[in-house]
Amino acid sequence: MKKPRIDFLSTILPPALVLLAALAALEAYLRLAHVHRYMMPLPSSIGMALLNDTDELLTALGWTALSAVGGFAASAVVGVALAIVLSASSLIRRAFYPYTIFFQTVPIVAIAPMLLFWIGSGPFPVAVCAFIVSVFPVIANTLAGLMSTDPALVDLFRLYGASPLSAMWKLRLPSALPSILTGLRIAAGLAVIGTVVAEFLVGQSMGKVGLGILVVDGIHQAHLDIAFAAVLLASMLGLMIFAAVNTAAWLSLRRWHASAK
Amino acid sequence: MGVRLRAVRRVFENDVVAIDGIDLDVAPGEFAAILGPSGCGKSTLLRLIAGLDRPQGGTIEIDSSLSAVPRGREYEGRADIAYVFQDAHLLPWRTVLHNVALPLELMHATQSHRMLAARQAIEQVGLAEAVDRYPNQLSGGQRMRVSLARAMVTDPKLLLLDEPFAALDEITRQKLDEQLRQLWLDRGMTVLFVTHSTQEAVFLAQRAAVMTRRPGKIIHDARIDLPIDRPALIRATPAFAREMHAIYQSLEKGGA
Repeated sequence: MKKPRIDFLSTILPPALVLLAALAALEAYLRLAHVHRYMMPLPSSIGMALLNDTDELLTALGWTALSAVGGFAASAVVGVALAIVLSASSLIRRAFYPYTIFFQTVPIVAIAPMLLFWIGSGPFPVAVCAFIVSVFPVIANTLAGLMSTDPALVDLFRLYGASPLSAMWKLRLPSALPSILTGLRIAAGLAVIGTVVAEFLVGQSMGKVGLGILVVDGIHQAHLDIAFAAVLLASMLGLMIFAAVNTAAWLSLRRWHASAK
Repeated sequence: MGVRLRAVRRVFENDVVAIDGIDLDVAPGEFAAILGPSGCGKSTLLRLIAGLDRPQGGTIEIDSSLSAVPRGREYEGRADIAYVFQDAHLLPWRTVLHNVALPLELMHATQSHRMLAARQAIEQVGLAEAVDRYPNQLSGGQRMRVSLARAMVTDPKLLLLDEPFAALDEITRQKLDEQLRQLWLDRGMTVLFVTHSTQEAVFLAQRAAVMTRRPGKIIHDARIDLPIDRPALIRATPAFAREMHAIYQSLEKGGA
């Protein structure tokens, strides 16, 4: 088995050059066309905002990361657990599965202020929003994985008198692992979006300032450079959670699953 | 151990009669082949014998009164029935060693017994050098041998094989047929081997039963009159051709 070797020249350099060229082109266009900074900040001033307001931005990143990672972790645990329960019988599936779709369709924009009402302020209601937005793909993908276990292997486990618990632990969950990880990859991005949207709506009242609040305030106070810097950090956060899931996937699947090759 | 089927009938939920009126006796230690076209209910028959499915009519008796490990019972050292599927169906996340040890693990055998028995079974199919490999590092023929070792690890008294080598190339298949026959000669378990290859049935078995298309019925059941010692080249002898001829005739009669 080969370890993934990060070859600087061929892996990092091309996308970095593309990014630099795009930023330079944008900078040149904005300056030459005299686009007003209230319309679109210069890439260089976003960079300056990152340098000058580092403390404020990093504190906000910390709070947003706490809510997003908390919501994502809850999605992973609760989503997989619910899928295991749903996979147990077709009666349970028929009775409950339609309601899990609620997570997918609930208008988080309407729910977030209510949550604040119900469970108070701070990062917790924001994490709950992140959870609501990100749990469905985990349930749906895990369930699909659990339900597509090789029927011959299910027979084999029955033949040797395996208990349902050991069939779940030794057969169904490991077979579903690639699907579970697909669900988690989708959930990683959604958890960050859910967090930022919730912060938008919850606003300053929560007392703790997250990236979503910096975005809203930046727009209202015509500090677009800070708003964009916050957006940039929020996407980096999503990328980092995504990368963590990918690393977990590579570690657990590399020996046996084509997706990790 | 022996198998006795009387008037066995299985109808699927969609009212398709898979098999009907199957009578079959297999003596303890016998090697019997069941031949027939695809969709004649051969696999259904094996699943019924393994206890993985229930018939709507008729009786299935397996003597020595044991069928696999009764649920909730303590490990007794061996499962009496083993099953080999059409494809290897290994757990891709386990090494060869832990795939072969799986049946013993599910039966709660001790760790030391599991590893010892698994290594022996792997050696018996000639894969000793591959114990630590993963299934995706093996060829199709090697995977099938792991599957065979997994079935043999419990030292079963009845081995059921469902077209186990059908997906392999001719040369690999013949090698595996020879290996399976050697296993049978060494261990003396009862073997029920489902196949659609006449040549494979004649080479392997002491006896061949031919099934017709749905509803599956046995229309021909005869001894294969070849010596117990069957070298690879026996496949090119007149006696072998005569046995194949007899089976072809009954397949023809059955409209296969």
